Amino acid sequence: MPLSRLKHMKKTTRSNLITFAIVIGFYLVVQILSGAGLTSRSFEGQLVPICAYVMLAISLNLTVGFLGELSLGHAGFMSVGAFSGVLLWTMLGDSLPAYVALPLAFLAGGLVAGIFGVIVGVPVLRLSGDYLAIVTLAFGEIIKNIINALYLGVDENGLHFSMTDATSLGMEPDGTMLINGAMGITGIQKASNFTIGIVLIILTLFVILNMINSRTGRAVMAIRDNEIAAQSVGINLTRYKLTAFVVSAVFAGFAGVLYGLNYSSLVASRFDYNTSIQILVFVVLGGIGSIRGSIIAAALLTVLPEMLRGLQDYRMLIYAIVLIVVMIFNQSPQIVAWRKRVVERFKSRGKKQKEVA
Amino acid sequence: MQFLSYLISGISLGSVYALIALGYTMVYGIAKMLNFAHGDIIMIGSYVIFFAFGSFGLNPILSVVLSMVVCTILGVTIERVAYRPLREAPSLAVLITAIGVSYLLQQVAQLLWSANPKSFQSIVAGVGLQPLVLFDGQLTISAEAIVTILACIVIMVALTAFVNHTVPGHAMLAVSEDRGAAQLMGVNVNGTIALTFAIGSALAAVAGALLCSSYPTLSPTTGAMPGIKAFVAAVFGGIGSIPGAFLGGVLLGVIENLSKAYISTQLSDAIVFLVLIVVLVVKPTGLLGKKVNVKV
Amino acid sequence: MALLEVSNLGIAFGGLQAVSQLDMTIEKGHLYGLIGPNGAGKTTVFNMLTGVYRPTEGNIVLDGKDITGKSPEAISKAGIARTFQNIRLFNEMSVLDNVKVGMHNQVTYGMWTGILRLPAYREKEHEMNRRARNLLKIFDLDEQADLKASQLPYGKQRKLEIARALATNPKLLLLDEPAAGMNPNETEELMQTVRSVRDQFGIAILLIEHDMNFVMGICEEITVLDYGRMIARGDGKAIRNNPKVIAAYLGGD
Repeated sequence: MPLSRLKHMKKTTRSNLITFAIVIGFYLVVQILSGAGLTSRSFEGQLVPICAYVMLAISLNLTVGFLGELSLGHAGFMSVGAFSGVLLWTMLGDSLPAYVALPLAFLAGGLVAGIFGVIVGVPVLRLSGDYLAIVTLAFGEIIKNIINALYLGVDENGLHFSMTDATSLGMEPDGTMLINGAMGITGIQKASNFTIGIVLIILTLFVILNMINSRTGRAVMAIRDNEIAAQSVGINLTRYKLTAFVVSAVFAGFAGVLYGLNYSSLVASRFDYNTSIQILVFVVLGGIGSIRGSIIAAALLTVLPEMLRGLQDYRMLIYAIVLIVVMIFNQSPQIVAWRKRVVERFKSRGKKQKEVA
Repeated sequence: MQFLSYLISGISLGSVYALIALGYTMVYGIAKMLNFAHGDIIMIGSYVIFFAFGSFGLNPILSVVLSMVVCTILGVTIERVAYRPLREAPSLAVLITAIGVSYLLQQVAQLLWSANPKSFQSIVAGVGLQPLVLFDGQLTISAEAIVTILACIVIMVALTAFVNHTVPGHAMLAVSEDRGAAQLMGVNVNGTIALTFAIGSALAAVAGALLCSSYPTLSPTTGAMPGIKAFVAAVFGGIGSIPGAFLGGVLLGVIENLSKAYISTQLSDAIVFLVLIVVLVVKPTGLLGKKVNVKV
Repeated sequence: MALLEVSNLGIAFGGLQAVSQLDMTIEKGHLYGLIGPNGAGKTTVFNMLTGVYRPTEGNIVLDGKDITGKSPEAISKAGIARTFQNIRLFNEMSVLDNVKVGMHNQVTYGMWTGILRLPAYREKEHEMNRRARNLLKIFDLDEQADLKASQLPYGKQRKLEIARALATNPKLLLLDEPAAGMNPNETEELMQTVRSVRDQFGIAILLIEHDMNFVMGICEEITVLDYGRMIARGDGKAIRNNPKVIAAYLGGD
């Protein structure tokens, strides 16, 4: 009975269900394999990062594929999310039970990333194209630089904050450093696991897929396809651009918390321009505008280099070539036309053979 | 005196930005694309000099010329292979491809020459120039700074003359104004764009030589940050404008150096990028750029 | 009271006066034409009426409300919809979704209603689908509802633009060269459609068109622009015989 219902469903609904099924299927397969002791330690170590990258790729695809703007600062949102979430976790982790502190940490990460999304989005979204790309890159770098120069400590007198160095915090000797400049946050109680990661991916998918297939999502895509026409039917450009951008930032923030809570230390330089590009590679390779493609690309490209040891050195080189080749193959008018001709030739040959038979 | 010294080294750094910005601004004006890999061409050029001059002891001037040749070939090849097929493609696709090329150059450099920074021998010192000492030793201006500023001015003047007074220069102006119309008037658009890449890349080689002479560490990512900052400079001055690139580059170099000296070393990059954002939000066409209207 | 009152409307770009001293009155349920040689300022008038350009002088009053210089978004909400000379569809979206985007301010629900799939979501989407399909039927596009807009042939793209404009539930519809690039049969068919849209929806339509048979055939009142100024106004017959109009089109003076 469910199968027959699946057939009569709307195309998008069915496609979305398949996407959810792939994620849940992946979870079950990994659980079974690991229960049977068939997974390697290094693979298990990759599970949480995979989930984080999948979320990052989905959320970046909202900006690139559906809003139609290139953001090169996605790692910046990941970074502010990670730092605020992890900071809250280290401050509350001891006094509150984990089932309260952990959701709070995630909420904090998403919220702060969202606030940064608004701060960045309001000026940035007045621009478009290459300028928008370079300004998002600039924002990513600014965020990295500021966190790198950030010192935060706590003692019995309360919180101390400085932008120069640790000694200028003027803390009591028994105070603890929370954020130590470029050294970041250390001694983090690890709290992420694969199950939390999968739950977050499903949450990301639920929100973003439903948003895309609603009035909000249609307005965003209309702006992508033609701003002037979108305005002419009464769509508020700023509002919907900002909505898409901020939702994208919030989920990057969640992914940042997930990622940050998987390691015992957290440094801002981990979330640089290269990380933003890496996420972009997932989106491009999975297909701009294809959420399912983003998921598969992010997962495969995170696991593959790890599994094929020799590939590690060449990973970024391969990413670079993949970016260029995929773009030329999919976007060059001449090559697209050539591909069509080839496909048609095959089709007509197939037809002829059928006719002969 | 201290301030003057910071100011001069800022102008020198800014002159390097200006040279790089020229490549960006010309390519952006004429091919309407952001050549993200421009900064990495600088890096490749610097490696050429590093080996030719530093390892094989070639004459420093000849080393720079060799580097210019290599960069020109590289720039034109990149344009032909990666960018030309996408001439009519959406700008998102071109930008992503350019990012790919930038990455490719960095990764190839890393595989060939390792990620470890190499220490670059100043070609200015190699020619035998001495620093200039003024006010009884209170102010020392490095030979590198002087050469950089002079080179930048000479190139800027020569380039302006080239664009305004030669046939290929006029072709560049025509293509940047209206590619379709230029083509109809018999301008070889592909050739003009290739020439633009050639000039931009050759200038990148010069910029690399000067940059690494002043800041003598060379690694595969050497070009990335100056490249991005030079783009900021190009936007700052007004994209497509040659004097704008100069003005933007010098101002940016001064802002960066002074904020390093008086605000914070760690935050100087953040300040530079903040300048970009403010400029783009307040006056998206830059200081000397012109406005473009969309026809409805 | 007239539906639209335009008085003394003008715009200058830099030193160039593109349109000046234009007066126009549009009544509910009527069909109006705006013609003139190339560069006469017809599309500029549309752009001012829809808020793309801000007029430098004069007033536009729709249904008693001053909408001069309002944003395109506000003017769409106030009740003016348009099509474009160079077709502007949402190319990567389906034909049905193009029309549903047109209903953006007609059938509304919040972002969270959509994300959480609350009952209102189903209800409103159902209503949108029903209304959108009805509109598509009028333009004979219902069979292509699931195609991408860019996959439609040219003539159908023009029709889809009109359907999308109607989806905003306008009081006044502006059509910028609706018959451009159509063959005589398609043009004839489009004339029928435009007339029936007016009858069915009871709205006013103002159109720019170079095809004189089209304009003369359906417009009850025609305004002729030349060099940004009105040089004649009247029904088809009066315009056809007006010496100023003939001179403007033949290029004499």
